[in-house]
Amino acid sequence: MKKFSIFAYAVLLLLLLAVPFIGLYPIFVMKVLCFALFACAFNLLLGYTGLLSFGHAAFLGGAAYVTGHVIKVWQFTPEVGLLAGTVTGALLGLVFGWLAIRRQGIYFSMITLALAQMMYFVALQAPFTYGEDGLQGVPRGHLFGIISLRDDLTMYYVTLAIVVAAFLLIARTVHSPFGQVLKGIKENEPRAISLGYDVNRYKLLAFVISAALSGLAGSLKTVVLGFATLTDMHWTSSGHVILMTLVGGLGTLSGPLVGSAVVVALENKVGDLGRLLAELSGVDWFNTLAESVTMVTGLIFVICVLLFRRGVMGEVLAFFDRRRNRPH
Amino acid sequence: MTLSIPALLSQLLLGLVNGAFYAILSLGLAVIFGLLNVINFAHGALFMMGAILTWIAMDKFGISYWVMLIVAPLIVGLFGIVIERLLLRWIYKLDHLYGLLLTLGLTLLIEGAFRSVYGVSGLIYNVPQALSGGTNLGFMFMPNYRAWVVVASLVVCFATWYAIERTRLGAYLRAGTENPRLVEAFGINVPLMVTLTYGFGVALAAFAGVLAAPIIQVTPLMGQNLIIIVFAVVVIGGMGSIMGSILTGLGLGVIEGLTKVFYPEASSTVVFIIMVVVLLTRPAGLFGSEK
Repeated sequence: MKKFSIFAYAVLLLLLLAVPFIGLYPIFVMKVLCFALFACAFNLLLGYTGLLSFGHAAFLGGAAYVTGHVIKVWQFTPEVGLLAGTVTGALLGLVFGWLAIRRQGIYFSMITLALAQMMYFVALQAPFTYGEDGLQGVPRGHLFGIISLRDDLTMYYVTLAIVVAAFLLIARTVHSPFGQVLKGIKENEPRAISLGYDVNRYKLLAFVISAALSGLAGSLKTVVLGFATLTDMHWTSSGHVILMTLVGGLGTLSGPLVGSAVVVALENKVGDLGRLLAELSGVDWFNTLAESVTMVTGLIFVICVLLFRRGVMGEVLAFFDRRRNRPH
Repeated sequence: MTLSIPALLSQLLLGLVNGAFYAILSLGLAVIFGLLNVINFAHGALFMMGAILTWIAMDKFGISYWVMLIVAPLIVGLFGIVIERLLLRWIYKLDHLYGLLLTLGLTLLIEGAFRSVYGVSGLIYNVPQALSGGTNLGFMFMPNYRAWVVVASLVVCFATWYAIERTRLGAYLRAGTENPRLVEAFGINVPLMVTLTYGFGVALAAFAGVLAAPIIQVTPLMGQNLIIIVFAVVVIGGMGSIMGSILTGLGLGVIEGLTKVFYPEASSTVVFIIMVVVLLTRPAGLFGSEK
């Protein structure tokens, strides 16, 4: 099993390295990579610590604005921008986490949602975010002042390198003693407390790591696409990352990668899918499917929660488990 | 800053109106959470459904506002019963978070469906004739419709409070919240009670939607921002007490109204700021005893 998963990751990495040469649109793949990082960071909290944050939009969007401002207005190089965004994510995470872990379960989710909504209103009114228009025209600049990122190919490999490094960091965290304590808290919090762990500190640290990496995802997205908008701050963006993690498989390392690819691809292709369905079935309504992405998203949520709680990778892993345990 | 008393009073009244909606919605959330252990994210969408159904009935079929004030909550309540029977009952035994996610999915479905038909622009919706105009109270001009909203909401809130805290049926409900298996052992049909509770909770949301429609713009997205504020209200008040929900909702509405007068920039965030302060000083909420 272990051999197999190393093999699978190697194939995935080779595929990703080959992306610019096999005719996939690099900007699209970079967008998927940013969301994959976002979903992996989110999964560290929901899948491995059992905390459902509904406020991750604030980390993604907040970091995106800060990065854009640092690069465009203060004219720093992209790596400074990325660093500033990551720090923003971490600081926001520290404040959100510090407030929200005072309450348990469902209240935790509601508090993070409310705090993120507050940040949304702040971003709506603050002058440096340019309100509804968003922060436009952020130049990609030169990495370390030397490597020009204007070329999509260079940008792609830089993005890939950052996302792979962050993914390895998350994998390391999950498998470290710290990660094992997080899992213990998820499985049985009272027992973790009785064993003498300061549960709240562990939760807070996990929250900050998750928020910082979400911030990195948001910053990277700004550098790649050249803008930061209110959409990332909106609560639907938090819903989005929950959906990606859920579709891919909660608490599996590779799940969020799969989930983000599925969800982003679906949103981009839902119009084509609708036209195809309309042609096949002759029902005109399918042609409007592109405008009803929300409905499709909602439907996937309902189906996932009712029938498919393990997600794609959860099902795959369970399948291998069953095969291994089958009597020979 | 010059401050006129009538302007202050009219913002106060507007705050009271919003507070009344917060109260009805958080009341419904609390009742549903008590028995179902589900935080109903779809509450905002069902509030919107009440408003849009009324708009459709008035605009397309010429049915009067007064009829819809009863019929819209009934339709939405039935819709809620169908949701509960078909979808929600499969997840009661799971972690809380799945309830939130399922109702989030429902919200997106409902809002998406209405959006694909009505777009996102506001639908025009008139105040019923009997309540148009206003009354001059001498110290301020009071639009009749706003007064009606406050009175109607308060009546509904206190009727609900009375039904839950002072009647036999309410006693079953409270017992079911405490220990459903024991209540079932006494021969009470708990699953039916759960279904009806959900239907009643969402009917309340639809009632608020009908009341709200002539004052705030009717759009398929009108429930979105509201539900998040109501979540903050629920965090501040705690879901343990019915009267607590009502008072917290009204109080926050008034504070929000006053903020609009004194510091308008903060009017959209003041409820969240209060939530932070409450979390720092009384983590369990004002009326809360956390389970």
